[in-house]
Amino acid sequence: MTKINMTVNGKAVTREVSGETLLSEFLREDLRLTGTHIGCDTSQCGACVVHIDGKAVKSCTTLAAAIDGAEVTTIEGLADGDLHPMQASFKEHHGLQCGFCTPGMIMSGVDMVNRYKAEGRDVTAEAVRHELEGNICRCTGYHNIVKAVQDAATKM
Amino acid sequence: MANGATGIGARVKRKEDKRFITGKGKYTDDVRMENQAYAAFVRSPHAHANVKSIDKSAALAMEGVVDVLDGHQLTGDEIGNIICGWAVNSKDGSPMNMGAWSALATQKVRYVGDAVAVVIADTQQLARIAAEAVEVEYEELPVAARADKALEAGAPEIHDNAPGNLIYDWEIGDETKADAGLAAASHITEMEITNNRLSPNPMEPRSAVATYDEAEEHYTLYTTSQNPHVARLVLSAFYNVAPEHKLRVIAPDVGGGFGAKIYIYPEEITCLWASMKTNRSVKWTSDRSEAFITDAHGRDHISTAKMGFDENGKITGFKVDTIANLGAYMSLFSSSVPTYLYATLLSGQYDIQNLHANVRAVYTNTVPVDAYRGAGRPEACYLIERMMETAARELGMKPAELRAKNFVRQFPHETPVIMTYDSGDFDANLAQAEAAADVAGFPARQGEAAKRGKMRGLGYSCYIEACGIAPSAAVGGLGAGVGLWESAEVRVNPVGTIEILTGSHSHGQGHETTFAQIVSERFDLPIENVAIVHGDTDKVQFGMGTYGSRSGAVGMSAIVKAMDKVEAKVRKIAAHQLEASEDDIVIEGGEVKVAGTDKALGWHEIGLAAYTAHNLPPEMEPGLKESAFYDPSNFTFPAGCYICEVEVDPDTGKTEVVQFTASDDFGTIINPMIVEGQVHGGLAQGIGQAMMEQVIYDDDGQLITGSYMDYTMPRAADLPFYSVHHASTTCPGNPLGMKGCGEAGAIGSPPAVINAITDAIGNNNLSMPATPQNVWNALQAASAAQAAE
Repeated sequence: MTKINMTVNGKAVTREVSGETLLSEFLREDLRLTGTHIGCDTSQCGACVVHIDGKAVKSCTTLAAAIDGAEVTTIEGLADGDLHPMQASFKEHHGLQCGFCTPGMIMSGVDMVNRYKAEGRDVTAEAVRHELEGNICRCTGYHNIVKAVQDAATKM
Repeated sequence: MANGATGIGARVKRKEDKRFITGKGKYTDDVRMENQAYAAFVRSPHAHANVKSIDKSAALAMEGVVDVLDGHQLTGDEIGNIICGWAVNSKDGSPMNMGAWSALATQKVRYVGDAVAVVIADTQQLARIAAEAVEVEYEELPVAARADKALEAGAPEIHDNAPGNLIYDWEIGDETKADAGLAAASHITEMEITNNRLSPNPMEPRSAVATYDEAEEHYTLYTTSQNPHVARLVLSAFYNVAPEHKLRVIAPDVGGGFGAKIYIYPEEITCLWASMKTNRSVKWTSDRSEAFITDAHGRDHISTAKMGFDENGKITGFKVDTIANLGAYMSLFSSSVPTYLYATLLSGQYDIQNLHANVRAVYTNTVPVDAYRGAGRPEACYLIERMMETAARELGMKPAELRAKNFVRQFPHETPVIMTYDSGDFDANLAQAEAAADVAGFPARQGEAAKRGKMRGLGYSCYIEACGIAPSAAVGGLGAGVGLWESAEVRVNPVGTIEILTGSHSHGQGHETTFAQIVSERFDLPIENVAIVHGDTDKVQFGMGTYGSRSGAVGMSAIVKAMDKVEAKVRKIAAHQLEASEDDIVIEGGEVKVAGTDKALGWHEIGLAAYTAHNLPPEMEPGLKESAFYDPSNFTFPAGCYICEVEVDPDTGKTEVVQFTASDDFGTIINPMIVEGQVHGGLAQGIGQAMMEQVIYDDDGQLITGSYMDYTMPRAADLPFYSVHHASTTCPGNPLGMKGCGEAGAIGSPPAVINAITDAIGNNNLSMPATPQNVWNALQAASAAQAAE
């Protein structure tokens, strides 16, 4: 077991974890932050995406013990207030149906928009589709997800 | 009474969204019980083998392992075999050959993934490690992995009571007439058509948390189900887990279903039973690899078809011969999919007088096959619409023209395959789609694409399907083991707010919004004052669940019926209290009024009056709560026209869907935003089937496409924005005039895509999925054929 310290959604967290504990497992089982979902076992579906030090990462392929000292944001901690603009846009544009892939989509979307804005690049539909390569949705056909991310980009 | 902002036809934003976008949804895997243990299954690595022995000792010796249970213990406790709920007879009258399916195999395993034992341990990780330590000795048997091969003489037999692996040999329509129609034809189009095998892949893997309460002899099951009441019924009546009043099934937030979560699988049965055996809550959550080898697959048909035409392009006869792969065991509704949900739709949108279909259902050493989004209707649509497009090309006619020559235009229309189409305007959908897709401008776009070195093609699909399954007596007569009605309860609270309890189940469809909209419309109340309760057998008395696009046509109809009763009582209370005639009572603006006067009671005052019961009409019972069961009078028939435009890169075979246009007739639409979303998702799955997805087994029955590394799920970059339109006719069969929208996209789109690609490459011989490799090969074959001419 390893002792780890993290900041998760703005709160300091100290826990003992085994070396093989995945970050996704740590968040869901140890911290009971169940908004981070597990949809596959080959790191492809993206339902588990969280932010580590501000960058989108698949928590199912990150060992908890390997990110000692990191700052982690999950879907539960994304909003500063009621809803983050990305969350609001997903609702506004009907960018979700069953909701299972949604937390990962939102976390990937936020990261993408942050990067594009920092680099002064346009958040085009083509760019959104390309950036969401690692997030699979089975319900929406992506149409409204792309619109939601583009809309949020104008509000972030 | 209409509430424009939140009533029928309003694009109301979803009430359920907040919990999903903030990570507060509650899915089954999020449930954690006190004293919870974890299940891991010991699964066969062989497609077909005798089980010689199971040595549990090493696993049992591990610290933290609670127990290791096997099939002999399960059957010893009289847990029943898994059923198929729809009896389909062969054409000679003999019953289908259904082989026994135990939740844990005892003598023999029949597909890779067939479970033989379960480990219950303190942690999930430990359960999985211990499952690896269970030593099972197998005697491997020859394998029948493909449906056509499984029917050949000498093929290995999978069940003793299914000689030649044949489950049934079934027919529909009149073969003599179909033969005569073909003999009279001036042109016959003949095709071999494969419908590729798919895995449904809802993003939430299946999960179950079972808890046995020893003192009460009561079970609670949280599970990823589209129909928790059906689950309880089957678990109780057939699997003998517990009587219904001692079993509560809860399907909380469910992350997509697409058919895969209709069935009651071995894992749920085993978890319930194991919770009793171990006196622990038992949790199992599938990982994606496990989902590929346990969730029921879909489609998998091989067909030959002949369609005859007279010199005017009218269809003279249509004959279809289909082999349907049902996998190693008969899943819950598997028998109905390639028969009553498939062959009954083979008349398409066309007036075909002479039609015959023969279907042989076959066992193979593969995962059971059952309904997946569309269930039989995509297979029928693909077959007809590939035939029509091909025939048009052979006859030198425009695809739209040949279709229009054969459209049904009089309703009701009885097909030779037992359906009665009740309404539709196929010309309107065709015209709307052609205009929206700018078909007239296609030659110019094709020419422009050619300058860029791309081959551009256009393909049509004019689909019809059957939803809202269906009159209980009718499906009973066809062999269904259940009725297919829906139930609803409308509870008006003393403060005037309303709860709707429904037997429908939402796993992405947005019922919490659309069901509230019909209440808001009816009683002219704010939508915030309406709550939808579903998915819990302790709260909702009964229900048949959500599949086959039935929540609108059947589920909402039950709510309407219950609201009729509530309204009748409200009118009586108001008339009594306001000293007016019931006929003069109007309900609007949150009030119950006497027309033409200023006399009115607030909705909350009516609620309070009903529950205080101080001043009710004589003999009236207190309270304001009504329930209803609604049994449909017919299927509903959504229909439409889809037009797909593609560009193929001839150097690589890579195909891009550059435009996809849909014109649908769904009858009344409650929330266009949600309906469009359903179409988008259906189209994505249909385009996925057409271009990417395929479950592949090798000849040894090993699954080759067992993860997202190998099974291609459509990504955002693979798909276009869709152009979605509606040209609707009202369904005469239900009170709201609804037809259903959940499956149309997946049903109608695959032939449009393949018709477009074959148009682009000039070779009609192309099977799904149209991967770059398959398209490139078809292009090479076309070039070779051209060179030889």
